[in-house]
Amino acid sequence: MKVYASILKIRLLIGMQYRSAAWAGVATQFFWGFISIMVFEAFYEFAAVTPPISLRELITYIWLQQAFLAFIMLWFRDNELFDLITSGNIAYELCRPTDLYGFWYAKLLAQRLSSALLRCYPILILAFFLPKPYNLTLPPNVSTFILFVVTLLLGLLLLVAISMFLYISVFITLSPMGSLLVFGVLGEFFAGLIIPIPLMPLWLQKIAYVLPFRWTADFPFRVYSGHITQNDAVIGVFIQLGYLLGLLWLGKLALNSVLKRVVVQGG
Amino acid sequence: MNLYFKYLLILFKSQMQYRTSFWLLSIGQFFIPFSVFAGLYFLFERFGQIKGWNFFEVALCFAIIHMAFSLSECFARGFDTFSSLIIKGDFDRVLVRPRSTFLQVLGSKFEFTRIGRLAQSAIVLLWALNNLPIEWSLLKIVTLFFMITSGVLIFTGIYMLAATMCFWTVQGLEVANIFTDGGREMAQYPLNIYQKWVARIFTYVIPFGTVNYLPLLFILGKTNGNDLLYMLTPIAGSLFILPCFLVWQFGVRHYRSTGS
Repeated sequence: MKVYASILKIRLLIGMQYRSAAWAGVATQFFWGFISIMVFEAFYEFAAVTPPISLRELITYIWLQQAFLAFIMLWFRDNELFDLITSGNIAYELCRPTDLYGFWYAKLLAQRLSSALLRCYPILILAFFLPKPYNLTLPPNVSTFILFVVTLLLGLLLLVAISMFLYISVFITLSPMGSLLVFGVLGEFFAGLIIPIPLMPLWLQKIAYVLPFRWTADFPFRVYSGHITQNDAVIGVFIQLGYLLGLLWLGKLALNSVLKRVVVQGG
Repeated sequence: MNLYFKYLLILFKSQMQYRTSFWLLSIGQFFIPFSVFAGLYFLFERFGQIKGWNFFEVALCFAIIHMAFSLSECFARGFDTFSSLIIKGDFDRVLVRPRSTFLQVLGSKFEFTRIGRLAQSAIVLLWALNNLPIEWSLLKIVTLFFMITSGVLIFTGIYMLAATMCFWTVQGLEVANIFTDGGREMAQYPLNIYQKWVARIFTYVIPFGTVNYLPLLFILGKTNGNDLLYMLTPIAGSLFILPCFLVWQFGVRHYRSTGS
């Protein structure tokens, strides 16, 4: 455990170096958030029936999504790991006296954490002080906020567990593009990043609720705005935990089985 | 121009060396905007309309801007990845050749895999046109053509501006994404759904509005006043590239090699 903690720390410090890139990212995400809010505002203005999520909740949803983008994006990837696998340098990694799954998991987790830590504050603070309809509101009460933090962090752990499958699949396909595409497009869609899940048609919502993706993004954001009640949120935490343990176990199993068959290409 | 086609041909051949990878990437490019479009479709299924625009009208808007974007990404990729040319010091070589820098940088890279994206937007375009009650005339077809061309020119102009900044910053600028990716995202809806000030910036400063919103009114027969004016707006919009071109020339004169 100590080893993983220090990997996490080193990677965090490395990630923090890229401050100017982070600022550019913040500007882009801010603009992006604004555009999507205005689009939804226009949709809501003449809505014939009351939509299942209010505009207030939706705006909060969008700002949180922009602020914690690094926590929820599946395509946010580490090309280094892909290179390791395809170039055969994986042999070095296998020599290390640590478990490969844990090592990579800590590395990926740190990348996302450092990126989000750099980016979330400016977006959150700016979003709070925006003029009225566009601002981010505080959660309704303290316990909701605590639940939000718990679900968000669990969501992050879950997302890293999902993204581990991406890297594992490269052992078999040797080219990251295909898996990135499937994971990226489907995962993002079913995590509610393109349109929020409550706004999807019912049959799609059913699919989204079964898949693990929504627990990483859609769920914590709706807990924050109070769209998901506290009781449901507590139940959700257990579902998140269940998914997390299941995926960690499956991921370890899958990694071990591909490692048994791994052929180092030399070179 | 001859030289440009030579560049085009050579790079096409070289990309075709990896045929499977080429097709896979193209298919990938097909599906990325597909999920965005699916999102758009579901939103319309729920809400029915957006400020009086129906689904197919917005789909037309979406198709045009995505087409322009994919074409410009294919042909102006050289400017998009210009920072690598500067960092490696390869721009020195460009300067010593007796041809214009513009042409050479433009010809330094093409992304033919964007054909997938283009195909996706073409399908949406056809689908939308099929379902819209438009009385076609020669003028309208010409306008549609102008809209796409001028869109390509505007995106190229933004790439050029971003590339020019590299002369001073060396690093590529992620901020330019606001105007390319962000502009694309924004212009896929008719501009009048946004706040006034946003619509104004994107009509008069970066003229995305002239590419699809204003001429779209003409094609859909929603104009009041002089049709010709609406029809000609894409041409006015494509003038955007001229100042970009001047800025580029200015940048080239201030170029300092990074050595290496």
